[in-house]
Amino acid sequence: MINTQDSYLDVYRSMLFARRLEERIASLYRAGKIVGGVYLGRGQEAVSASLGYALKRSLGDVFAPLIRDQAGRVAFGEDPLDFARTYLGSVKGPMRGRDGNIHRGRPSEGMPAMISHLGASVSVINGMLFAKRLRGDSGFVGGATSGEGATSTGAFHEGLNQAAVENLPLVVVVTDNQFAYSTPNARQFACDSLVDRAEGYGVAGHTCVGNDLKECVDTICEAVDNARRGQGPQLVVAQSLRLCGHGEHDDAFYVPDEIRETELGQDCIDTGRDFLISRSLATAEELDAMDEELRSRVREVMATAQRDPQPDPFRDDWRTFSQL
Amino acid sequence: MSIYYIDAIRLALEEALDKDPSVFLYGQDIGRFGGAFKATQGLKEKFPDRVVDAPISEDAIAGLAIGAAIEGMRPVIEMQFADFSSIAFNQIVNNAATHYFRTGVPVPLVMRLPSGGTPGSGPFHSQNLEAIYGHYPGLKVVAPAFVSDAYSLMLEAIACDDPVIFCEHKFLYRWLSTERFRPLDLPIGKGRIIRAGKHATVATYSAMVHEALKAADELAKDGWQIEIVDLRTIKPLDTDTVLASVARTGRLLAVSEDFPFGSVASEVVAKVASSGFDLLDAPPMQHNSKDTPIPYHPNLWSAHRPTAESIKIALLELLNF
Ligand SMILES: Cc1ncc(C[n+]2csc(CCOP(=O)(O)OP(=O)(O)O)c2C)c(N)n1
Repeated sequence: MINTQDSYLDVYRSMLFARRLEERIASLYRAGKIVGGVYLGRGQEAVSASLGYALKRSLGDVFAPLIRDQAGRVAFGEDPLDFARTYLGSVKGPMRGRDGNIHRGRPSEGMPAMISHLGASVSVINGMLFAKRLRGDSGFVGGATSGEGATSTGAFHEGLNQAAVENLPLVVVVTDNQFAYSTPNARQFACDSLVDRAEGYGVAGHTCVGNDLKECVDTICEAVDNARRGQGPQLVVAQSLRLCGHGEHDDAFYVPDEIRETELGQDCIDTGRDFLISRSLATAEELDAMDEELRSRVREVMATAQRDPQPDPFRDDWRTFSQL
Repeated sequence: MSIYYIDAIRLALEEALDKDPSVFLYGQDIGRFGGAFKATQGLKEKFPDRVVDAPISEDAIAGLAIGAAIEGMRPVIEMQFADFSSIAFNQIVNNAATHYFRTGVPVPLVMRLPSGGTPGSGPFHSQNLEAIYGHYPGLKVVAPAFVSDAYSLMLEAIACDDPVIFCEHKFLYRWLSTERFRPLDLPIGKGRIIRAGKHATVATYSAMVHEALKAADELAKDGWQIEIVDLRTIKPLDTDTVLASVARTGRLLAVSEDFPFGSVASEVVAKVASSGFDLLDAPPMQHNSKDTPIPYHPNLWSAHRPTAESIKIALLELLNF
């Protein structure tokens, strides 16, 4: 079991770092300094960071993050400069200005670059796991995330079924944030809970409350441990609420105020902080200091990325093939 | 002993599996059953871990191949029929095709597409998708017409670091054979002149090469000498070889078995018209199947797609312009 007292603090730190990074990118967006869209994981950091934390690059794990996984990326070890550089289109980023915002990755370092098409990453992670197994590696796990909306795609069904048939060490974490863009759950799926699907695929199912730091860490670490111990694919469904629009262009008018006033509407950064303090895992002063340190790192990262060179169409090689 | 087109594919797969432990095969019924067309017969027995049956999940088959390729393997996936690759379309054109451009990490996968028509195959087991895949930057598309090309292009496709769409023609599988099997040293991206002539050029590929050869034989009785270029590769397209041929003949008929709108033949005509207009003594022509879904009954089917007879008629029109 990875899960120790330290883990809660580590996960919280990734959550907070992601929140601060995204706040800064959102303000650059409002200032007109980002060419494309900006998509935040506000409210979903606990789920995301828990998965990024539970997966270990040192053990050969691979992680396919999705739209709202800045926290998971930080926890898995992505350099925050990759985030800033990709949003800003810098040539120094992993995508060199050829793709933007959330679509980045370093596939050779265990983090494939997502494509927009939802559901596609599940089978890609399966392939990475399959390759490792063929090579004779062991003890690795692959994580893929999804929103409840993405679970309606054929790719998601095919991917989970494929992982089950192959008995791959895959952990799929679904963050059910009640809305897929503007579409409420009632128009997205007709079963009571998405975790019921686990049985249909023949995989283990788990649930947790997405804004409860402890529950997220405990549940997701357990799922990852199960997969690592050869128990096959695991499906985790976290109940959550997106505390922002789909992207920064969206004011989320379709989310009724009442739902924001329920427990789901609580911000995981706040509840996480209260949890750490109440368990004496950190003091308020320590967490404030952590926040201050992270804010200053965000300023550094953004300043560096903003000084980076932009791509030059006359110098770019434009190659689509690695071999001619 | 005759080696058939399908044998060449199996031999190439076997050789690749033998030579390179990072090669594996993944697809529906390809294991003990040997594949719907038996292209992988016997391979599961020889390479039990690397010849793997897949669920009916074309999208996930392609996705798995992409993930494995990123991890340094060389997956060869089989679509049972080219037609079903439409389910895998997203992974191939959006993920595999863009991957190197986006990330600098190559995706060395081969997607095998049993393509083209045979009598009685109908709308969903006969399609030719090479123009569709050729449309996307980042994909290489090959379509061998001969046994030796099937063998050498397959080996090259597997060794290639980029995604290759391998269109094998179902009609050729057990129709075309050779006694003298001689691997060709002609790379992906190169076409070749398989029949010399001086009155007109036919540029085509795959099964249509054989229809064009028959048409040329017929016309030869009347003294017409038709040059035939086998494109071999759809993307990259060997425009140079076609233009050099048109420079000799002054006339072009591009033939492909796909639908006429946006077909490989349209592409060849467009390339020659825009880069070799001054070489032409007549308007360049294209000849495709009809612009309807592919019909089931053999009478309808043979009237639907280009045949030796229809190619001959088109050539006469071109020669008499
Ligand atoms: C296959 C596909 N269809 C449509 C879209 C456009 N799209 C992007 S995000 C989104 C909503 C996704 O909802 P969900 O999976 O619940 O994740 P959330 O955004 O709520 O985190 C849609 C429709 C897409 N990216 N992919």
